[in-house]
Amino acid sequence: MTEPQTQPATQTAPARQGEPLLSVRDLEKHFPVTKGLFQRQVGAVKAVDGISFDVYKGETLGLVGESGCGKSTTGRLVTRLLEPTGGQVMFEGQDITHMSQGRLRPLRRDMQMIFQDPYSSLNPRHTVGAIVGAPFRIQGVQTENGVKKAVQDLLELVGLNPEHYNRYPHEFSGGQRQRIGIARTLALKPKLIIADEPVSALDVSIQAQVVNLLEDLQNELDLTYVVIAHDLSVVRHISDRVAVMYLGKIVEIAERKSLYATPMHPYTNALLSAVPVPDPRGRAGRERIRLTGDVPSPLNPPPACRFHTRCWKAQEICKKVEPPLAELASGHRVACHFPENAPGAPEAPATGKDEPVNA
Amino acid sequence: MSPFLDVKDLKIHFPTDDGLVRSVDGVTFGLERGKTLGIVGESGSGKSVTSLGILGLHKGRGANISGEIWLDGEELVGASQEHVRGLRGKKMAMIFQDPLSAMHPFYTVGDQIVEAYRIHNKVTKAVARKHAIDMLGRVGIPEPGRRVDSYPHEFSGGMRQRAMIAMALSCDPELLIADEPTTALDVTVQAQILDLMRDLQREFDSALIIITHDLGVVAELSDDILVMYGGKCIEYGSADDIFYRPEHPYTWGLLGSMPRLDREPTERLLPIKGSPPSLINVPPGCAFHPRCPYTERTGDKARTEAPALAETEGGHLVRCHMSPAERRDLWENEIKPVLETP
Amino acid sequence: MLLFVVSIATFAIFFLVPRLAGMSADDLASRYVGKAANAQVIHDTAIRLGFNDPVIVQYGRFVKGIFTGVDRNYGPGIEHCPAPCLGYSYVSQNPVLPDILNRLPITLSLALGAAVVWVIFGVATGVVSALRRGSFFDRLSMGIALAGVSLPIFFTGIVSLAIFRDQLGLVGDVADWVPFSEDPLTWANNLILPWVTLAFLYAAGYARLTRAGMLETMSEDYIRTARAKGLAERVVVLKHGLRATLTPVLTMFGLDLGLLLGGAVLTESTFSLPGIGKYAVDAISNNDLPQVMGVTLIAAAFIILANLIVDLLYAVVDPRVRLA
Ligand SMILES: Nc1ncnc2c1ncn2[C@@H]1O[C@H](COP(=O)(O)OP(=O)(O)OP(=O)(O)O)[C@@H](O)[C@H]1O
Ligand SMILES: Nc1ncnc2c1ncn2[C@@H]1O[C@H](COP(=O)(O)OP(=O)(O)OP(=O)(O)O)[C@@H](O)[C@H]1O
Ligand code: SF4
Ligand code: SF4
Ligand SMILES: [Mg+2]
Ligand SMILES: [Mg+2]
Repeated sequence: MTEPQTQPATQTAPARQGEPLLSVRDLEKHFPVTKGLFQRQVGAVKAVDGISFDVYKGETLGLVGESGCGKSTTGRLVTRLLEPTGGQVMFEGQDITHMSQGRLRPLRRDMQMIFQDPYSSLNPRHTVGAIVGAPFRIQGVQTENGVKKAVQDLLELVGLNPEHYNRYPHEFSGGQRQRIGIARTLALKPKLIIADEPVSALDVSIQAQVVNLLEDLQNELDLTYVVIAHDLSVVRHISDRVAVMYLGKIVEIAERKSLYATPMHPYTNALLSAVPVPDPRGRAGRERIRLTGDVPSPLNPPPACRFHTRCWKAQEICKKVEPPLAELASGHRVACHFPENAPGAPEAPATGKDEPVNA
Repeated sequence: MSPFLDVKDLKIHFPTDDGLVRSVDGVTFGLERGKTLGIVGESGSGKSVTSLGILGLHKGRGANISGEIWLDGEELVGASQEHVRGLRGKKMAMIFQDPLSAMHPFYTVGDQIVEAYRIHNKVTKAVARKHAIDMLGRVGIPEPGRRVDSYPHEFSGGMRQRAMIAMALSCDPELLIADEPTTALDVTVQAQILDLMRDLQREFDSALIIITHDLGVVAELSDDILVMYGGKCIEYGSADDIFYRPEHPYTWGLLGSMPRLDREPTERLLPIKGSPPSLINVPPGCAFHPRCPYTERTGDKARTEAPALAETEGGHLVRCHMSPAERRDLWENEIKPVLETP
Repeated sequence: MLLFVVSIATFAIFFLVPRLAGMSADDLASRYVGKAANAQVIHDTAIRLGFNDPVIVQYGRFVKGIFTGVDRNYGPGIEHCPAPCLGYSYVSQNPVLPDILNRLPITLSLALGAAVVWVIFGVATGVVSALRRGSFFDRLSMGIALAGVSLPIFFTGIVSLAIFRDQLGLVGDVADWVPFSEDPLTWANNLILPWVTLAFLYAAGYARLTRAGMLETMSEDYIRTARAKGLAERVVVLKHGLRATLTPVLTMFGLDLGLLLGGAVLTESTFSLPGIGKYAVDAISNNDLPQVMGVTLIAAAFIILANLIVDLLYAVVDPRVRLA
């Protein structure tokens, strides 16, 4: 397991050549909302409502957004833990959108998921050995020196002691449990790992350990990641490209540098400006964008641009015409009629700019 | 002249079946009216137990409490339960982390504020209700006259936290303790709540303690900062001391673990190795020694002798065997350059 | 809806099963006219009562009786049994419903009285046990509670009868039923023993439920908030703690009371109280099918009614339920 794979993992810049490993088009998931004795459908939660993105081999795509914007749902759709209600998911050129679970099974080896809560995602009655070794048994994989050796190699790879083989999850701390979870996902040498909030339940010092581990493993095993998180600093640290979601839509997607240096969507600007900065001297001078109100319900999302209820740049057109996700700079796509920081684009209609932010 | 709130060597231990849990084991700080103290530390470091201890909520529930808590010239550790109860809610109030579970699900938001107000103010229900509506308006709840009759589950997370703040402020407390007030909230809402707390503190001129594990939140609000590790205060100083002249290896570790938006991203984070200590079998000597990269510099002392909380200069306290000069040298020449350059 | 299911089920059990087991219509009718009757009389009776009709028709007649009443041919003449008619007893020839209704006050007195006793004692014991967890009181009361749920009621009943009535003469003769409206004191005095005996059984369960609920509630965050406001501990416990604990207690209470109104069978038998429970026992031992069906339906009606009330109350108690 530990030996490096054939392809060298040298490229530091995201490799965007060739076919994407994962390709998502107009993906939708609407959860029906039912009522009464006969489960009459009265509406739908549009958890994911038409999103498209590509993930290239060897890169890390970060998916950020506030609670309930559909990040986890996206992760579950892509790994087919949920059945999409529309759109298309392609993995290595194969359409897996509605593939049967039987045909999906061999593909599951290549596509694994890491979950947020290191406490509930491990079966407390199984030993670490059984947990990490389970994928071998489920997939019926033959290992060279037996499953035990393979598991111990994995434990070592994620920084645990191979002697932990016969211990139970409750004997470990949160960070160690997350390592166990990661070892489990690595068992079958996946190509793509979807990590849903892999560090948000951990303490800062432990969080940094796990972030470093994920990066090391990526270099060593040539992994591709989709990392779902709400912490913009963590996402910036580990991603090559970042997609920002709001109410089931991707509103901005770009290279990491370009997104954090010149965020174009008003929502991205607001998000970045809301992150508290650990620099007490700078706090007086900082300009802040303050949004009012909360994220609206995905049950009845606002029409056209979904952000218009909280956007300080909103105009009539924003309530009527949905802005397309357009490429305004190379590799930088934004869904907004009046983007900020747009190269060359006339800032003309954005008259609301110097008004206070709906204080 | 001692400060408005003066905590001296506070210890709170819980006897349990597994042994004595030393949740708080030597915490010292002072806080003036109108100032904000930030308490940071990892999960289980004793932040919440400290704050509940100041409010006297461990009294009479089997905890061993020692040390001194002086509030406005009055000692609270030795005071009677009934006396401290009278101060709670009136002189000192608290905001909790998860506003959904911290509010009673069966009573309206208004009723809960009215209740808090009427414990300490002999007024009619109608007067108290007016006051509740007024408070809800001041914390930025739209249509307070209507929302006063809502139940907590009908509020969004941010509104609930606002209501919680309104409840805590209803009796105009002089000391307000906020235990992770924004941890359960989204960033944009967190920013709103932090702004609100800053504004209200200015308006009420109360002393504010904000407890969090997020150094960013602390930096936004605090004048002074207390860093806790394994139930002990390991470093205490002004916000400038902690962020620009930190002297404890654990504080360095926290700063290095944290990815930051305001700087060029570093290649790698600098985590602290290992995991937080057990509070029952606290490591002997310096509790941080199993994780500290500088253990060898203090030799056997790190394992055998507990370092004392000592002042370096101007009220900056550090609990470490290394000499202040040695620590400053390490910070300037080894730590800071790594943290601040990409 | 539910009543409909219950009525079909009882009908099936008491009418259909005997038929399937090989009893002829005449065999059924023989119960009705008594052992001495000759075959012809039996046969006539069977026809008159419609035992030879298809099952559906028989069931239809039964249901029709409930909604519109029926005319009953009792041989010498025709009598109208007004709606809701649950039929006539085979044995006494009396209409079933009035008989049951006559006994209702007794069962009602027994059940409601016991309910008051057990709720007060059960909940209070549970609260105190929870607050003093591990104390002598806690262990003692939980020990007694364990005994309470495990001892059969006729045992506690007979023992208490022997002690309090026969030995000490403290209470009146239970079997002498005196309506509340006539003499409340004697009413209570006669009923006190069955109340306590029945309540003992239930109080035990309520004490355990309340204790478990209180332990959980008192560790909730909102209890900490209530204390942080500076509320007196008594108010914290009663207003904030107990209020949330009572919700599951309320559910159980509704179901228990509904069940009991259908007849506190064992208690009534033990104390020879002529309530609905006793009526049911007699009906079954006499094979008096209309009576059995009547009692079953009434009992089911009570349970459903109690459920309905609980559901409505739930929304009053827990505001989170109102929206859903
Ligand atoms: N099984 C489900 N049935 C109905 N609605 C659902 C279901 N799963 C998720 N939702 C809804 O879909 C929306 C998106 O949920 P999702 O879990 O993807 O959000 P998220 O971005 O991961 O949020 P968080 O940061 O809180 O984890 C939410 O409004 C959620 O309530
Ligand atoms: N009543 C109690 N009895 C025994 N141990 C307790 C009690 N209350 C708290 N503790 C222990 O004290 C330690 C400190 O807890 P505390 O809640 O203060 O941590 P914290 O710093 O607030 O952590 P977090 O960031 O997770 O809230 C924990 O290990 C906890 O298990
Ligand atoms: S489209 Fe309009 S409302 Fe939407 S983000 Fe852009 S400016 Fe704001
Ligand atoms: S006393 Fe020693 S072990 Fe403890 S923090 Fe200081 S240098 Fe590290
Ligand atoms: Mg999620
Ligand atoms: Mg805490």
